[in-house]
Amino acid sequence: MSTPAGSAPGTHPGDAGEVAGALAGPALLELLSGFIVELREAGLPVSLTENLDAMAAVREIPLEDRSAFKYALAATLVKNHAHWRAFETVFEVYFSHRGSHYGIGDEADAETSPFDDEDMDAAGQGDGSGQGQGQGGAGENLTPEELAQMLYQSLLQADQAMMRAAARQSVKRYAGMEPGRPVGGTYYLYRTLRNLDLDGMLEQLMDAAREQAPDDLTPLEERLEHDEYESRIEQFKQEVEAEIRRRLVADRGVEAMAKTLRKPLPEDIDFMHASREEMVSLRKALQPLTRRLAVRLARKRRHGRKGALDFRNTVRHSLSYGGVPAEPKFRYPRPSKPEIFVIADISGSVAAFARFTLHLVHAIAGQFSKVRSFVFIDGVDEVTSFFEGTEDILEAIHRVNTEADVVWVDGHSDYGHAFEVFWQRWGRDIGPKTTVLILGDARNNYHASQSWVIKEMQHKARHVYWLNPEPRAYWDTGDSIVGEYGVHCDGTFECRNLRQLERFVDHLV
Amino acid sequence: MSEPRFTDVDSVREQLREVDYLSDEGIAGIVYLADRLGKPILVEGPAGTGKTQLAKSTAEILGARLVRLQCYEGLDESKALYEWNYKKQLLRIQATRSDDEDSGWADISDDIFSDEFLLTRPLLEAITADDPVVLLIDEVDRVEVETEALLLEILSDYQVSIPELGTIEAKQVPLVFLTSNNTRELSEALKRRCLYLHVDYPDMDREKEIVLTKVPEITESLADQVARIVRSVRQLELKKAPSVSETLDWANTLLLLGVDKVDAATASDTVNILLKYQSDIAKARKEFASDSEAFEGSSA
Ligand SMILES: Nc1ncnc2c1ncn2[C@@H]1O[C@H](COP(=O)(O)OP(=O)(O)OP(=O)(O)O)[C@@H](O)[C@H]1O
Ligand SMILES: [Mg+2]
Repeated sequence: MSTPAGSAPGTHPGDAGEVAGALAGPALLELLSGFIVELREAGLPVSLTENLDAMAAVREIPLEDRSAFKYALAATLVKNHAHWRAFETVFEVYFSHRGSHYGIGDEADAETSPFDDEDMDAAGQGDGSGQGQGQGGAGENLTPEELAQMLYQSLLQADQAMMRAAARQSVKRYAGMEPGRPVGGTYYLYRTLRNLDLDGMLEQLMDAAREQAPDDLTPLEERLEHDEYESRIEQFKQEVEAEIRRRLVADRGVEAMAKTLRKPLPEDIDFMHASREEMVSLRKALQPLTRRLAVRLARKRRHGRKGALDFRNTVRHSLSYGGVPAEPKFRYPRPSKPEIFVIADISGSVAAFARFTLHLVHAIAGQFSKVRSFVFIDGVDEVTSFFEGTEDILEAIHRVNTEADVVWVDGHSDYGHAFEVFWQRWGRDIGPKTTVLILGDARNNYHASQSWVIKEMQHKARHVYWLNPEPRAYWDTGDSIVGEYGVHCDGTFECRNLRQLERFVDHLV
Repeated sequence: MSEPRFTDVDSVREQLREVDYLSDEGIAGIVYLADRLGKPILVEGPAGTGKTQLAKSTAEILGARLVRLQCYEGLDESKALYEWNYKKQLLRIQATRSDDEDSGWADISDDIFSDEFLLTRPLLEAITADDPVVLLIDEVDRVEVETEALLLEILSDYQVSIPELGTIEAKQVPLVFLTSNNTRELSEALKRRCLYLHVDYPDMDREKEIVLTKVPEITESLADQVARIVRSVRQLELKKAPSVSETLDWANTLLLLGVDKVDAATASDTVNILLKYQSDIAKARKEFASDSEAFEGSSA
């Protein structure tokens, strides 16, 4: 068994008394159990077998190798790539503080202690006594100009060590961290980055690139340089985040930090309350999801049922076995594809939900004989043509949001009016092959419901389903009248997140 | 358990490099662990990122035979595990009937359910082989969930139960790779038995190395441009991002055309090698032509 690299720096309140290097079975086991508890808290499904596998795996790798340790844990504990970010966050928190103690941190040799208690107390006072000397040029008490210069150089040269030093200095100078202050990491991140003016930095770097080039940069070259520097800046931001996390963990302890950093998995993010960052991860998750659905649905359609025995074919084949029907043959039925009408409320709070659902339905349009889309707020408009003749669904949805004619009076949802107009203009197009999906929270601003439209619809259509992005507990409270419509539907579904949406689409086909 | 195949992670990485497979620490580390723990690896990731190649290259460095089970919908036991050669069995039954009127069914059945009438399919073959093998179960997401059950016994116990013959145990614990394009969630039971490896698009430096290795005549500078442009293209919101194999095709094309510097016109003219969908191609062309301000990313 290996011993920690280097001698561990000063002790920490949480771990006082723990002896570095005492990583015999029980200590390691305990450490891992704690980690797995955190993973489960974060929503990752870790089974007992996987727990044991993780234990076996870390015995096979040198413990002082932090990244090997991480991969070994990931390979045994995380079996879904969408969960990687959640795993990584928990890992960084859980093992950052203890890293140097347990000899699994690469911080141990990087500096004396980035998370010293004194360092924490000194934060904001510019004492700097806890900082390592000569770290890639990281001196003490850098002026803002010197700091900017150091950052600039580190980005220009893609110097990882200097970037890390710059991140440490930036956090120290600008984050304004105080012990025990109950604010989240994003606040400190924001404060730090705001003071650094990274956009200006990018411009400076681009200027340098232009100067260095023998000729004028072509637009393509501009683009490539731009992407290169942007990726370095991204790397730097991650260093800043890591530094803030380290300090927070030192201040508050692992468990508290893991809790504040806990983020929902992409498939569980609430459409109605997603932050900007969450929207990005939602959009990322949507792509593989649609692909997965399309393949699965196509497969289901083809092989959903075994058809009736194909008698003639079976007999024909039996001839080669001396008349024994050894190889029964079946017909494959081709169930008819439904035609889909989507009618979506695209007003404020439910807009994101409508966007994702429209995207999903159009991405798997091949599974239906036809998809027609209608959007409304208090007026209603057909937007099917936006999706036709283009493969770019995002672009189409962008047009839906900017070009559709959905405002009638005041731009507040009026389901009743929208449904009435829909019925007059397109009601006759609904037939026995049509499945209608209505999307919205049914918050009708106390207008008339005109629920008779849904009733008529249900008579003519194959199915009418209502998808509501609100938690079921809120339905029919305030001005929500989903119940009034729901009685005329073949089903009402809570669709707060991608997981529920995917389940519904599966059910649909 | 058998002798470990590798001494350490670095040696895995190094050996893979020698057979032209550019791995990274994670990939090499998990191959190493799979050997040590005697567990299969489930390799998931986008198309064309070298999942299948990893199994092949690993077999190559071990001097092992690659036994491959290509999955497809409708794959069943008789194609994956074993099958009774019933044509031969029928013939034997008929032969026995005619020349010996009173042989009982028990005798016949003992006779026809024996090794002689057993056709081994890849899974059985892999564990009963005498020579070293690497088992590749390719594109496992293509089989129906129920069919996954066929794999479970072999993946955890390295054995196959045949009702008429009993349990056949492995002569060796082969390294096993399962690949998946993630078109559906695999069952928990399957995942539990495997180490999980997500192979993503390589980062720029590794992609450049792959290009240099696989397209040996290419210049360093062209490889560098190829890797950079591909990285930028992958950042666009596309229906299908370019895979490593498409990067290689593109690099080969540029080489054939005698290009030594990729300008916007060349990139536009050849981007159809890199991208497959018309809308993606149009999008990339638009991006090549405009200046960096336009690339700040349009959000929908
Ligand atoms: N890391 C790598 N080193 C060397 N070559 C690679 C690497 N990754 C991919 N390639 C090359 O890319 C090609 C595609 O790889 P491969 O067929 O293994 O992809 P895959 O992930 O199995 O794709 P699919 O999901 O479509 O089956 C191979 O010919 C291989 O030579
Ligand atoms: Mg493959």
